[in-house]
Amino acid sequence: MFGDFDFKIIVESLPFLWEGMQTTFLLTVVAIIGGIILGTLLALSRLSGFKPLAFIAGSYVNFFRSMPLILVIFWFYFLVPLVLGRPVGGFYSVLVAFVLFEAAYYCEIIRAGVQSVRPDQIYAGQALGLRYSQNMRYIVLPQAFRNMIPILLTQAIILFQDTSLVYVVGIKDFLVSADLVANRENRVLELFVTVAIVYFVLCLAGSLFVRRLQRSYAL
Amino acid sequence: MIDISKVSKWYGEFQVLDQCSTRIAKGEVVVVCGPSGSGKSTLIKCVNGLELFQRGEITVDGTSVGAKGTNLPVLRSKIGMVFQNFELFPHISVIDNIKLAQIKVLGRDEGEAAENGLGLLRRVGLDEQAYKYPAQLSGGQQQRVAIARALAMDPIAMLFDEPTSALDPEMINEVLDVMVELASDGMTMMVVTHEMGFARKVADRVVFMDEGRIEEDCTKDEFFGAPRGERAQSFLSKILQH
Repeated sequence: MFGDFDFKIIVESLPFLWEGMQTTFLLTVVAIIGGIILGTLLALSRLSGFKPLAFIAGSYVNFFRSMPLILVIFWFYFLVPLVLGRPVGGFYSVLVAFVLFEAAYYCEIIRAGVQSVRPDQIYAGQALGLRYSQNMRYIVLPQAFRNMIPILLTQAIILFQDTSLVYVVGIKDFLVSADLVANRENRVLELFVTVAIVYFVLCLAGSLFVRRLQRSYAL
Repeated sequence: MIDISKVSKWYGEFQVLDQCSTRIAKGEVVVVCGPSGSGKSTLIKCVNGLELFQRGEITVDGTSVGAKGTNLPVLRSKIGMVFQNFELFPHISVIDNIKLAQIKVLGRDEGEAAENGLGLLRRVGLDEQAYKYPAQLSGGQQQRVAIARALAMDPIAMLFDEPTSALDPEMINEVLDVMVELASDGMTMMVVTHEMGFARKVADRVVFMDEGRIEEDCTKDEFFGAPRGERAQSFLSKILQH
C-alpha cells in the first residue's frame, strides 16, 4: 500500500496547500482576536452588577455552548446573506460564526480568570480611588490574562483544529485544499497523511509550548 | 475628620456591626483592637466604602460615605489604606505601583508622579528597590511600599487594616517604625492592630471591639490602666501575657 506512496505530488501541491493553510491561519487568528475581545465584553457583562446585562450575556454563552459548532457554521453561511439581504461570501459568514461561537468559550475562560484575581486586589485598586473601569483595565484584567495564558493557548489549539469544519461549506482552508488535490490527482492517502502530520506537528508544538510556559511561570 | 455614627451591618441574617460609633479628630491616632471576628476589619473598610453598611452614617471630612450622591472613588483617593496582605499589584514594578493612581486618579504627569514616588520610597528606605517587582521584596519591604503608595495620594487620613499580621516577627518593626514616624508627623490614623506596643507608643485613643460592638472607646492610658469591661480585661491579659 505504501509502495507507491508518491512524495512528488506532496511537494508539487505544497504552494496550493500553503494557500489553504493561510486561510486556516487567518480564520484562527481572527477568531482568537475577535473571540477574546467579544469574550472579554461578555465576561465583564456576566460579572457586572447590572442584572439584565448579566442575564443577556449568560444566555448568550449558554446558547452558543449548547450548539454544535458545525451547526453554527451552517447557519451563518445561510443566515448572514439572508439577514443582510446580499451575498457576503462564505468566508466572511464563517468568520462571523467562529468569532461569535468562540466568544462564548472565551467568555467563560476570562470570567474564571477575573475571578482568580484575589478580591483584596480589587479593594486595593478601589482604595486608591480607581474607578471600576480603571480597576478592571489596570489591575484586574492584566493579572487575569496572565493567569489565563495557558488555557487561552490551549483554546487556540482547539480552535485551530476546529477551523477544519469549514469543510462543510466549502471554504478553501488547508483541509479542503488537500481534499481538492487528493481528488484531482487521485492521491487520497498521500494528501491526508500530509494533512494529519501537519495538524499533529503544529498542535503538538503548541501544546509543548504551553507546557513549558506553565512550568517556567509556575502558572 | 472621621465620624462614625451608629453604624450597623448585616451579612444576610448575621449582624457583623452593631451600632458602632466613634470619631477620629484631625491628627489623632486611634488603634482599634479586639478578638478576631469582632468586626474591626469590617468597620475600617466601611470608612472608605469598601464595605457597605445598612444603617448609620460615616462622614469623612464632611462627606457622607453611605450617601447616594457621594463620589466614592474621589473620596477614597483622599483616604490612604494599607492592607494586611500588602496588596501591591504584582504585575507592575514598585515605582509603577506608586505612580499608577497618581497618574490615573489625580492626573499627575509621569515625571511628577515618579519624582513624588521616589521621594516616598526614600522616606521608607526603599528607593533602591524602585524598579523591582513586588514579589522580589520581603513582606516588610512590600508593606512599606504599600504605605508609600497610599501616601503618594497625599491622603488626609490613613487606614491600616492589620498591617503587621501577615509579617514575620523580625519584619514587624520596620513597618511599625514607618507608622510611628507617620503618626509623629501628625497624620490622622485609624489602625486595626494587635500590636499593643504600637498602641502604647503612639495611640491617642484605643477602641476595643467585640462581637460587632464597640465595647471600649477611651484614651490609651485609661485602656491600658484599667479597662472597664470584662471582655477588654480578658483580651488584654491574653494578649499581653507573652
